[in-house]
Amino acid sequence: MTSVTDAAPAKPAFRLTRLFQGLERVVVPALLIAGWEAFARSGVLPPALLPAPSAVLHALGDWVFGFDETTQTYSGHWLRDALASALRVFGGFALASLLGILAGVAIGWSRLFEKTLEPTLQMLRPIPPVSWIPLAIIWFGIADKPAIFLVFLGAFFPVLMNSIHGVKTVDHNLVRAGAMMGASQRQMLTDIVLPAALPSIFAGLRIAVGSAWMLTVTAEMVAVKSGLGYVLWDSYYFLRYDIVLAAMISIGLLGYLSDLGLKAIMARTLRWQTTTTVQGRAG
Amino acid sequence: MAAIELRNIVKVFSDKRRGRDLLTLDNINLDIEANDFACLLGPSGCGKSTLLNIIAGFEQATSGRTLVDGKQVERPGSDRGVVFQQPTLMPWLTAIDNVAFHLKLKGVAKAERYDRAMEFIDLVGLRGFEHHHPSELSGGMNQRVGIARALLMNPSVILMDEPFAALDAQTKLEMQEELVAIWQKRRCTIVFVTHSVDEALVLGNKIVVMTKRPGRIREAVNFDLPRPRDITSPEFNDAKRRILSLIREESTRLAQAS
Repeated sequence: MTSVTDAAPAKPAFRLTRLFQGLERVVVPALLIAGWEAFARSGVLPPALLPAPSAVLHALGDWVFGFDETTQTYSGHWLRDALASALRVFGGFALASLLGILAGVAIGWSRLFEKTLEPTLQMLRPIPPVSWIPLAIIWFGIADKPAIFLVFLGAFFPVLMNSIHGVKTVDHNLVRAGAMMGASQRQMLTDIVLPAALPSIFAGLRIAVGSAWMLTVTAEMVAVKSGLGYVLWDSYYFLRYDIVLAAMISIGLLGYLSDLGLKAIMARTLRWQTTTTVQGRAG
Repeated sequence: MAAIELRNIVKVFSDKRRGRDLLTLDNINLDIEANDFACLLGPSGCGKSTLLNIIAGFEQATSGRTLVDGKQVERPGSDRGVVFQQPTLMPWLTAIDNVAFHLKLKGVAKAERYDRAMEFIDLVGLRGFEHHHPSELSGGMNQRVGIARALLMNPSVILMDEPFAALDAQTKLEMQEELVAIWQKRRCTIVFVTHSVDEALVLGNKIVVMTKRPGRIREAVNFDLPRPRDITSPEFNDAKRRILSLIREESTRLAQAS
């Protein structure tokens, strides 16, 4: 924790701290990449099995911009592949969010839904989404639909569980305060329980968006002939590990960006909450 | 007709895990007149908060009748403003939105809502903080918001459940003074639960001394010491001695019984 005396040093020292704060995020990745590059160039492993970061960057660059066709048929097609994956993520995630929040709030709010709906959903929950792949393929064929179905399965349960939890753990006294001020049942739900459950619902959405990317890529490896996951798996067959790594980086980047987007929406919606780390609150 | 009439209130909590019933309130009879500042005084676990919750409509008495302004209490309602032990504000709403929440539920337009809420923000001395969220305010300030929220509904009674218990001594004194000033200015009926003899004597004009479990009314004393009350005056000390002896008799009786 920062004490009061630490918080008010002379100005130059303060600037130095700021500089370090900018750098501290890149220290670990920079060291990792430098070590990897050195190791790849040392020739312990053949370059085909462990491409250097520079080779991966080269492949990624060509995949995105298509400058020298080192990625052959994928050259310049990154945007198309990324968009295909992103649309599946978005479709499955949107569906899962909508139904997950609706079902979760219903179960958390009403005894009737809790008794009728929850046992079935809780029985489906432990089944790993990937184990639905065979059924997804025979139901939906080889295209967007099985992927969206899998993404939905992976994203639905985190949203559901966190929505149920959020509604059930609403401070009982807030409900009493609402009743004291004359809230109807509907107002109790929309004006008290829902806003109070939002932090928990958002936590579920953030877990869900991670699962969504995971399952899109899985589905694309098996049941779809396009997208980043398909490129990854296809390149593996041709022993193009530079493209495999470029695809991994792309997936990581897009997953990170979707989480960042969600975080921005969350920060706007939950502005009333103080959302920093425990240590961060001091400074 | 008294503002609040409690008739033969009995409350039994059934402790299912241990398979026995707990008699919490045993035949409470009490009248609180309009514009009374009544303090329910008793040790922790004597059922004073339960009694308050029954008047508020949060809990149902096992038997007996609760009347507020002659009407049977069945559920919580805006005719009874409650100030909770913890401020219990909506953390996602600013101070002014918390104060005006009742008006929002009634569908009053925003401009009018804010207009009316500002009057009560001023009354509790929070002008300048109306757009702060509860997480940005101190415990005492949040409790002021809670008081303003209850006053805005213009309830026939205000029920307060140890609202200053979590505050530091100095803030507590300040809040007590302000509450008395508000009560004198607005002429409302207050039922105030406390375990502190001093607090009851500073605030109330009617002190209801309750016994330890099961909760019964030991005695309801009228206390008309002029205000502002000097807690070091002989009159105050006399009253304090009388109340303490009531409580002490009770504990001796309990000690002998056990």
